[in-house]
Amino acid sequence: MANSVSVGIAANPTLQASLVELIRVTSTVLPADVVRAVTAAKGDEVTGTNAAYALEVIDCNIGLAKDKSQPLCQDTGSILFYVHTPVGYDQLAFAEIAIAAVQQATVKGYLRQNSVDALTGKNSGNNTGPGTPDFHFHQWREDHVEVKLMLKGGGCENVGATYTLPHPKFGGRDLAGVENAVLDCVLQAQGQGCGPGILGVGIGGDRVSGMACAKTQLLRRLDDVNPEPVLAGLEQRVVTKANMSGIGPMGFGGKTTLLGCKAGALNRVPASFFVAISYMCWAFRRQGVNLAADGAITSWLY
Amino acid sequence: MALVQLTTPITEAQARSLHVGDTVELSGRLYTGRDAVHHRLHHGDKPPVDLHGQIIYHCGPVMVRETVDGTERWACRGAGPTTSSREEPYQWEVMRDHGIRGVIGKGGMGPKTLAGCVTYGCVYLHAIGGAAQVCAERITRVDGVDWMDLGSPEAIWHLWVERFPCIVTMDSHGNSLHQQVRETSTAALAGLQA
Ligand code: SF4
Repeated sequence: MANSVSVGIAANPTLQASLVELIRVTSTVLPADVVRAVTAAKGDEVTGTNAAYALEVIDCNIGLAKDKSQPLCQDTGSILFYVHTPVGYDQLAFAEIAIAAVQQATVKGYLRQNSVDALTGKNSGNNTGPGTPDFHFHQWREDHVEVKLMLKGGGCENVGATYTLPHPKFGGRDLAGVENAVLDCVLQAQGQGCGPGILGVGIGGDRVSGMACAKTQLLRRLDDVNPEPVLAGLEQRVVTKANMSGIGPMGFGGKTTLLGCKAGALNRVPASFFVAISYMCWAFRRQGVNLAADGAITSWLY
Repeated sequence: MALVQLTTPITEAQARSLHVGDTVELSGRLYTGRDAVHHRLHHGDKPPVDLHGQIIYHCGPVMVRETVDGTERWACRGAGPTTSSREEPYQWEVMRDHGIRGVIGKGGMGPKTLAGCVTYGCVYLHAIGGAAQVCAERITRVDGVDWMDLGSPEAIWHLWVERFPCIVTMDSHGNSLHQQVRETSTAALAGLQA
């Protein structure tokens, strides 16, 4: 079974076409849950304010990008693949085909040339190179492949942060300390991350796993409810308080600073307590698909 | 707060008539210029275009060649603003030396630029970050490019725009919306600490 699946991939362009389509849709169509949040926010702002104006332009941009099938934002960001595969599936072959799909999507203009050599400053021109795209593979007991894709822009990535507790300003190693640290991140970000933003928060872990957990939270639907009541409460309080800060869309002032907050927790070592925050801009580009054995798309996830 | 229609080149008086919070729709000539352009100007290179009365747009657009009626030309596929704070060390100098009347960007700029706005009669216009398609729609023509050796996103693109949407967030009267919002939000969140 394992071999026949991998041979099927290598010999079949269907998977590549599916991944190009996933990239196109992710880059050009904002997911329905995010659109609903933007629309609701637009209704909350007072007519005639800069905040309402910003959200009107954003709303208009969402429609135009979809209609023209062109990128929502010209910064098509870091390309993050989260892939679940059945036991025995050839992940190496998948990665090769995904890289080819990224190159093809770049030529088609769904992705900007966005992969820059950190040492020489040279742009690879095709969005591939060490670390790009970024793959997170997981096995699961299902019999099909699920691919989620997130395009995360640089402006919002720059305002993410990791805090260490205890902290003289934010407090101890408890929920209050976490909440204060997260809200400080929102304060420092102001409008720089193209808010209204969406936060992914990772509590605990180490510096890598904590931030990975924070980013993974962004794969959750905006309207879901955290099954862990303590985290659900934290998420709600962060959004409520951030929206009382008056930072507003683009930092223009206003009622909508965050569209959502999603938090997860990992065990930590006794000596460390990290709070990692990944800030996502309003141009929250993430999509996902389930694939058939031949690589064809069977359903969309958001 | 008012909706102001402006056509470039603009005069110092026009720039000084703008106030924080004004919505501006800009028409006319617009030049892009971001990190590398500001760096070059700082090192004394002569700008390849006359910047007097003009506005510099902090933007690395997505440009493609297209053929319309047998003529090849540049077309813009996405042109939202990039973060302006990287030009903070240089912007006031460009205001002083090249007679620009303002810049368009996102995220706002700091005290040096604000002082430059006051002294030289300039304005900071905030475009809507991420709104690549709205911005591109308002670019009606691309009729030239300079300093292409810097790479496409960093080059000086010669744009024509019509009713390009932005908001005044720093004015020549010493006001900065960014400074105001930072102060009020700092106070508000301090009062909400858990
Ligand atoms: S932060 Fe997001 S919306 Fe803003 S420029 Fe970057 S990718 Fe675009």
